[in-house]
Amino acid sequence: MNFEFGEEQNLLRDQARGFLADHCSPALVRRVLDGDELYAEDLWHKVAQMGWTATAIPEEYGGLGLSYLELVVIAEELGRACAPIPFSSSVYLATEALLLAGNAAQKEHWLPQLAAGEAIGTFAYSEGSGQPSAERLITQVSSGKMTGSKAVVADAEVSQLMIVVAKSEVGDGASLYLVPTDQSAVHLETVKTVDPTRNHANVRFDEADAQLLGQEGQGWTLLTQLLNRAAVLLAWEQLGAADTCLEMAKNYAMGRYAFGRPIASYQAIKHKLADMYVKNTLARSNAYYGAWALNTNAVELPLAAATARVGSSQALYFAAKENIQTHGGMGYTWEFDCQFYYRRAKILALVIGSEGVWQEKLIQASDELDVA
Amino acid sequence: MDFEDTKEESAFREQARTWLQANAPTEAEMSGMDTMARAKFWQKRKAEGGWACIRWPKAFGGRDASAIEQVILSQEEAKVAVPETGVFSIGQGMAAPTLMTWADAEAQANFIPRLASGEDIWCQLFSEPAGGSDLAALRTKAEKDGDDWIINGQKIWTSGAHYSDFGILVVRTDPTVPKHKGLSYFYLDMKSPGVEIKPIRQISGESNFNEVYFTDVRIPDSQRLGDVGQGWQVSLTTLMNERASIGAGGGGTKFSSVKALAKTVMIDGKPAIEDSHVRAKLASWYVQEAGLKYTSYRTLSALSRGAVPGPENSIGKLVGAVKSQDMASFAMDLLEQEGVVRDREKDAAFAALFQDTYMAIPGLRIAGGTDEIMANIIAERVLGLPQEPRMDKGIPFTEVPTGS
Repeated sequence: MNFEFGEEQNLLRDQARGFLADHCSPALVRRVLDGDELYAEDLWHKVAQMGWTATAIPEEYGGLGLSYLELVVIAEELGRACAPIPFSSSVYLATEALLLAGNAAQKEHWLPQLAAGEAIGTFAYSEGSGQPSAERLITQVSSGKMTGSKAVVADAEVSQLMIVVAKSEVGDGASLYLVPTDQSAVHLETVKTVDPTRNHANVRFDEADAQLLGQEGQGWTLLTQLLNRAAVLLAWEQLGAADTCLEMAKNYAMGRYAFGRPIASYQAIKHKLADMYVKNTLARSNAYYGAWALNTNAVELPLAAATARVGSSQALYFAAKENIQTHGGMGYTWEFDCQFYYRRAKILALVIGSEGVWQEKLIQASDELDVA
Repeated sequence: MDFEDTKEESAFREQARTWLQANAPTEAEMSGMDTMARAKFWQKRKAEGGWACIRWPKAFGGRDASAIEQVILSQEEAKVAVPETGVFSIGQGMAAPTLMTWADAEAQANFIPRLASGEDIWCQLFSEPAGGSDLAALRTKAEKDGDDWIINGQKIWTSGAHYSDFGILVVRTDPTVPKHKGLSYFYLDMKSPGVEIKPIRQISGESNFNEVYFTDVRIPDSQRLGDVGQGWQVSLTTLMNERASIGAGGGGTKFSSVKALAKTVMIDGKPAIEDSHVRAKLASWYVQEAGLKYTSYRTLSALSRGAVPGPENSIGKLVGAVKSQDMASFAMDLLEQEGVVRDREKDAAFAALFQDTYMAIPGLRIAGGTDEIMANIIAERVLGLPQEPRMDKGIPFTEVPTGS
């Protein structure tokens, strides 16, 4: 049994953690939260220089050609630091969509730019409140021109490329498209969210140039595969964030005294922190399995991805809210950093479908694998 | 990252499998034997073949095997039809390591081989009505009388006392000093005059534990392990091995059984499995179940590397027990009025699985450390949080406040 990371991945983790401690301090997260920046552009360029955006892209397209085991390690550390950059949109979604469905020309055009961090990509999926489905799609493409709109697209305002799901009259009812954003037919409207450290916008396509990605009428199938990959990667980012919440709560409880002793010595607090630890540990184990399934493209990936996703979403929500609770009144102040993770928890939990959506996918996947 | 054996592990697995296949007892060999006789028959054969207690040092008849080799042997043993040998686990898993550390060479030579071969069964006489989670609050007293000690008091929750040959026992030899300092540790013959064993009937209807009463029971001083007053340290040797002996548990109700039930019962005229509330609950339980499974894979990987399992393993029982309880309760709710029926013969589909789990799990959440103690262990030993202040620290045991 060797259900562990290897020496190279452990070294990468140490390196990434050290790098982010230096270059993604809470002060930097706060700078984006308080200021007008759409993202921490300085950090983005440093991360790209480290090669992280190129991790799982093959060398022939300007990538490092590493495995997903390296990418999940980086995802975890970015989550731990609450990095205010469009990494998940560009790497887990746009890059993966191209790797999954792009033709040679599309890959040759976009992947080197994405690998270098010169281009940022994102994924446009939802068209309004409630769960998206192929039947509900209105956005459509005719003669290479896209018309319609997408709601609350993460990192849209800083992206050069959008992967857009649109209606199709054939196949599974949807197709994926590449839409460059440097055209006047793509209109953005800033959306205020619970987490100002990650920009979001509503997007309108007014006969925008759009290029088919993958086959016509296979969009929903491709989207499902793409989201399974992204679910594992996001689960690791969520896990890193959940670990920080536990660490913050623990440190505060050790140093805060009430009634003559550290609040960490009260069972009400100890059991709360033990509960966080248990949830994080189980989520981590499921994320390991997700990483294995993603890395080997196993037939179990749909189930493993849903399991990792639900576990990490639940763990981060619990850790983020109970971290504030452990800090008491100070945890609710703008001055304290607990808010970073409480905000980010919801952004990460909803970006590719809520906990409920993934619970449903989990049960469907368990039927398909006939898990007894 | 994979789930494969290393080369050495694979070779060991092959060796174990070959021996097990050649030596697993046949039904003919065991005809007419009851469960206990079968357990002893198989244990003896394992000992003779050098496959009993393989973790033990070679000097005590083991093979100095690693933790992962023990896991591999257990996995392979589970694949062949051999008698269940759980009756030996307290003796081999808890009494034997204590004897190896604290007994003299003569006692070791007398008892350890018989523990390995299953000739003797041992029980653990620690818990008392006055001391469960607070074990050191025990009150059973021992008074010196010449070369003997006279024991009076009561133990409780003693698994297998009624079929045990020997027991390990912690008693209070000095109530005038702080509680941890006044304890001493003995072993005794369970047939000693004055030992009375009464089974405890559990809410499940079964009797897995006993009360053991001591009335003027005489134990020779030569059966003391450690110095007088050193009983707590000796107990720690035993307790360090307890977690390895008590399984992670989780009862019989699992994701698969509740999902199977949900396909057969109806909600609003449709199978319950189509109800989104049911699906969401099932999914969350699956996440916990898978989380425990892959946590155990990570533990195995650590063992495979040669690491020692730590207190983080408290998670299995802490999560698994209450999960099964909640799932069983939910399954009974799905059955509506039928859910209250507990009749194994008449329940063709599930043989009262959910009702049995419902009645069994309250015990599992307490045995071997309550959920609350497990959470304390994680908080203190994994996260490093401070202990609660104690009212009994540094004062004589006789002055410690009690409820009765």
